[in-house]
Amino acid sequence: MENGVVLAMRKIGKVFPGVRALHDVDFTLRKGEIHALMGENGAGKSTLIKVLTGVYEKDAGEIYIDGEEGAITIRSPQEALSHGISPVYQEITLCPNLTVAENMYIGRTPGALVNWKQMEQKAGELLRNLNIPARPKQQLGSCSLAVQQMVAIARAVDGDCKVLILDEPTSSLDDKEVEMLFKLMRDLKARGVGIIFVTHFLEQVYAVSDRITVLRNGELVGEYEVGKLPQVELVAKMMGKELESLSVIKKDAQGGARAPETLYEAEGLSSSESRPFDFHIAKGEVNGFTGLLGSGRSESVRAIFGADRVTGGRVKVNGKPVRIAKPYDAMKHGIGYLPEDRKRDGIIADLSVRDNMILAMQVMKGFFHPISRADAEKFADEYIKALEIKTASQDTPVKSLSGGNQQKVILARWLLTHPQYLILDEPTRGIDVGTKTEIQRLVLKLAEEGMSVTFISSEIEEMLRTCSRLIVMRDRHIVGELTGGELTQEQVMHTIAGGGN
Amino acid sequence: MKKQKRLAGLTQLLVPLIALLALVLFNLIRDPGFFSVEMVANNNGDPVLKGNLISILNGASELAILAMGMTLVTAASGGQDISVGALATISASVFIKVLRGGGAIGVGTILLGFLLSCLVAMAFGAFNGTLVSVFRIQPMIATLILYTCGRSVAYWINGGASPTVDSPIVTALGGFIPGVPVPTPVLIVIAVGILFALAFRLTSLGLYMQTVGINQGAARLNGINAVGMKLLAFIILGACCSVAGIIGASRLSMVNHEQLLLDIEMDAILAVAIGGNSLGGGKFRMTGSIIGAYVIQALTTTLYAMKVPSTDIKAYKALVIILLVVIGSPVVKQKVSHLWAGIRARRAGKEAA
Amino acid sequence: MTTGTKNLRRREPLTDTQLLVTITVCIFFAMYAAAMLIWGGGFLRPQKVFDLLNDNAYLLIIACGLTTVMICGGIDISVGGVTSLVAMSCVAHMNNGGSVFTGALLALGIGLAFGAVMGYLVAYLEIQPFIVSLAGMFFARGMTTIISVDPIKNANEGFAGLMKTKIEIPWLGYTARNGNLIPARMEIGVVVALVIMVIFLVLLRKTKLGRSFYALGGNQQSALMLGVNVRRTRFLAHLLSGLLAGIAGFVFLMHTGAGNASNAAGAEMNAIASSIIGGTLLSGGVGNVLGTFFGVMTLSTIKSIVVTSGLRDPWWQSITTGAMLCFFILLQSVVLSRRGRHKAHLPAWLRGGAGKQNA
Repeated sequence: MENGVVLAMRKIGKVFPGVRALHDVDFTLRKGEIHALMGENGAGKSTLIKVLTGVYEKDAGEIYIDGEEGAITIRSPQEALSHGISPVYQEITLCPNLTVAENMYIGRTPGALVNWKQMEQKAGELLRNLNIPARPKQQLGSCSLAVQQMVAIARAVDGDCKVLILDEPTSSLDDKEVEMLFKLMRDLKARGVGIIFVTHFLEQVYAVSDRITVLRNGELVGEYEVGKLPQVELVAKMMGKELESLSVIKKDAQGGARAPETLYEAEGLSSSESRPFDFHIAKGEVNGFTGLLGSGRSESVRAIFGADRVTGGRVKVNGKPVRIAKPYDAMKHGIGYLPEDRKRDGIIADLSVRDNMILAMQVMKGFFHPISRADAEKFADEYIKALEIKTASQDTPVKSLSGGNQQKVILARWLLTHPQYLILDEPTRGIDVGTKTEIQRLVLKLAEEGMSVTFISSEIEEMLRTCSRLIVMRDRHIVGELTGGELTQEQVMHTIAGGGN
Repeated sequence: MKKQKRLAGLTQLLVPLIALLALVLFNLIRDPGFFSVEMVANNNGDPVLKGNLISILNGASELAILAMGMTLVTAASGGQDISVGALATISASVFIKVLRGGGAIGVGTILLGFLLSCLVAMAFGAFNGTLVSVFRIQPMIATLILYTCGRSVAYWINGGASPTVDSPIVTALGGFIPGVPVPTPVLIVIAVGILFALAFRLTSLGLYMQTVGINQGAARLNGINAVGMKLLAFIILGACCSVAGIIGASRLSMVNHEQLLLDIEMDAILAVAIGGNSLGGGKFRMTGSIIGAYVIQALTTTLYAMKVPSTDIKAYKALVIILLVVIGSPVVKQKVSHLWAGIRARRAGKEAA
Repeated sequence: MTTGTKNLRRREPLTDTQLLVTITVCIFFAMYAAAMLIWGGGFLRPQKVFDLLNDNAYLLIIACGLTTVMICGGIDISVGGVTSLVAMSCVAHMNNGGSVFTGALLALGIGLAFGAVMGYLVAYLEIQPFIVSLAGMFFARGMTTIISVDPIKNANEGFAGLMKTKIEIPWLGYTARNGNLIPARMEIGVVVALVIMVIFLVLLRKTKLGRSFYALGGNQQSALMLGVNVRRTRFLAHLLSGLLAGIAGFVFLMHTGAGNASNAAGAEMNAIASSIIGGTLLSGGVGNVLGTFFGVMTLSTIKSIVVTSGLRDPWWQSITTGAMLCFFILLQSVVLSRRGRHKAHLPAWLRGGAGKQNA
């Protein structure tokens, strides 16, 4: 083992029936280093992590860890832990019904009895050391997701932890919480822990990592130092081709000469999750809601769609006052909504690709007018081709598709309803860069054809490229609206920070 | 591609079909004349079919109907309704009470009795459904309430007696219609089956129930009234309970609150499970549950034919159930497919060599 | 759902388990107090409590086992059948020359056997616990009638002596009309039940095994990741449930003195109802033996109240039980939904074969 290296994976291979998930992959982690692991969906990142954490057993290659002679075997999560490899997953792998202290120590204490006092005391110390706002006796379920995640990290680093793996830790965190997390990571780095940071957020990678390893199609593309690899090159390596400049997707001056008709307007619209706000969108307009995570963007569009309980406001569609109290009402008025959390709110996992696609359309046709099998197959074929959805067949259960393809299925679902107004909440989240571009292009094309679109993304770049109007939110309030020349990153940041409009 | 699709649909039915086949073969080997059916004259002199096969089909009628309703409830709510026996008894009580309401029993009275009993059962079904869909209570817990007190309610409806009725129409309902050789309960099952088939064909009931069962939140975001669907499933099951209860009461021309369709909820749930449906809800195939019901009845009939005393039947039933579920268990299935893959690989290796 | 650090109360808010148990205990005492006020008489005597305990000792034991299994997110509906089988087997055995000691061993053996087989099928073969325990119930009830269709009365002297032994507590007694002081009487079965309850209280609170039951029920995937041996833990839960059913069968026999095919009919549902009233959630991760104790007491008190209040028709008992169950279920649903826990988290056994999800 080289000096300073805490983990070395060499020529790792893993095969599943019909799929070569990893081939000849190397990965090196040094002590006190934050190392980002990146790649599009299907690149092999999660497989590599699962091999390292003992969820899968590798088919080829060797793993070396600092302090142990020769190659080690990792056949179970327990074995991984015993070698000092601690994973923290995106889904909180803790038990919400147990207390914070218990979650931190369960499975790690010797003996058959539980010493509550000692456990709570040690937990309290550790939580204070790491500045985590949780109390040992608190039921974990009553803590916010961010705090729950930090408790999971505290558990992971307590004890002899050589390699800490953070798998998409920031997906559900707002910026303040991300900063808390980064501080924690830097603390741990200073103590010599090696951290593997798996994420899609490019800015975060550059903010906190030292090195980047890029995988593509199960193979290693390369390992780079962060300072020596500009963002654009990173993206190019992940996609495996020279990236045409994304800024080429230019939106023409939208709205043209004619004053566009207003399609939808809301006055004082409020819901159980969102304060009263005014909103309007014209035909063929692409607008966006931006702001930090937690600023209320999703809640606002959910109020428009009736997904949350609407508590007040006057809404007009095409000039006529309407009542939208639940999703079905919105759909009847030609509004479609692609939810933020596709796994939880979007896909119907066990149903086929075809059934997932025709679902919304079926609801609009009505309970007593089922879509014939022949028609359903025709529609499914059409959209699988049009959106280039990679699936074995239209009968495949949608849960077997990759995240990006699932997203396309849901997009197809709403496109099939030919909405007048389509709301896309984080349509590109967790999706590889290639599909991201496709979706952005699609949005602009739809707008050209007259569809109104609301586009929400955490990546401001994307919104700047596609939207002609940005509504800026902070703390559940609308704090500004930017159009035309104001659509720059600095102006957005400024408005969020409190510059106002 | 088409062939693959059809095969995929059939694999779910594999376990119940194989079980049925095994029972059939077993009986044929043991007694080649087991399934023979003959036409005899019954008490009224009408020609009717008789034989083991007929008694299986006949005896499973209530179970098959309940299994159909239970499939919907399981699919949409991810839980089981353990009150169906009690609900059927309540329905039967209402039916008998209406019939005893006075005067001669004509077709009109029967229809009225059926209607009222159906309404009552659907109301109780709605009660269960409301607890489950509005109050988000686990179905098994919610239906525990009626399981506990349903039969007592039935008892109370008829003032604490085990009333009988005397009517040839009722006897025909539970037995044979003069001139029709097939037992009436079997005909009723066919009718209910056709109703369900029509419902699935002419409405999007199947798609909605499955969607709600798999992901209720997402169903709502697609405009489906998830709460309504779950409620509907329980109401439909209620209607099935009333049909089953009426058949059960008609067989004996009376209602015995403690004995009528006792423990049938367990058999109904079992039928759904044998049919390859997930007890956790979601995708379903009603055909599987129906086959499951007949498997259970065939098993019981087979045991009777082997002169197993009725007191021992339960024990044998248990053993067969265990066998079936062990074979169908995911762990065993995995091991079998591994073995199979290993055999195929070895064969391929040998060929290549 | 953040409970911020700026919580003005010093004490930690109650966990879900603690809250539900507290509600049950309060309601029980309120109910009993009302009974004492309204009907006086029997309710005012401590003997009443002992009567309730004597009649339901076996139920308490079964319910402890069922609570444990439910905490893991599972279910076991075979326990009534196993109790009945054990009672029948033991009486047959002891009548034919077995001693009380071997009878007890037989009880434990049968219980363990059932628990082990069902535990294996549920934990290692990942079969639905509902189906497995349903089969277990059928098998047990079937075997009971195979042993004897007619009731068997105990003829073993040693056992008869055991049955008659009662623990007397003079200072909790009452004065009969003829002036004699009648001490409160408690059967041995009750002592057994209370001891078991205490053992399980400690087990669930203080031992690793007990805590892993809670972890398993709270989130099976997480428990696995946290190092809990999921399969072994689930197996042990079912094993314990079977063992307790065996003990309950012996205690049942001590109380009734005869083996009967319809013994303990519906006991499993009563045990489930008691657990639910006591604050155990079917979805797992929440539950407490103390709550279950009060659940049993509440159930039996309500039955007693029904009889005392003159509602003699046989249907009133189960209708009031059903109504009470309904009340508790609704109350729990409302309480938990206000806490934001009301996304019904289905237990692993209801998720059909997905117990071990693809990682």
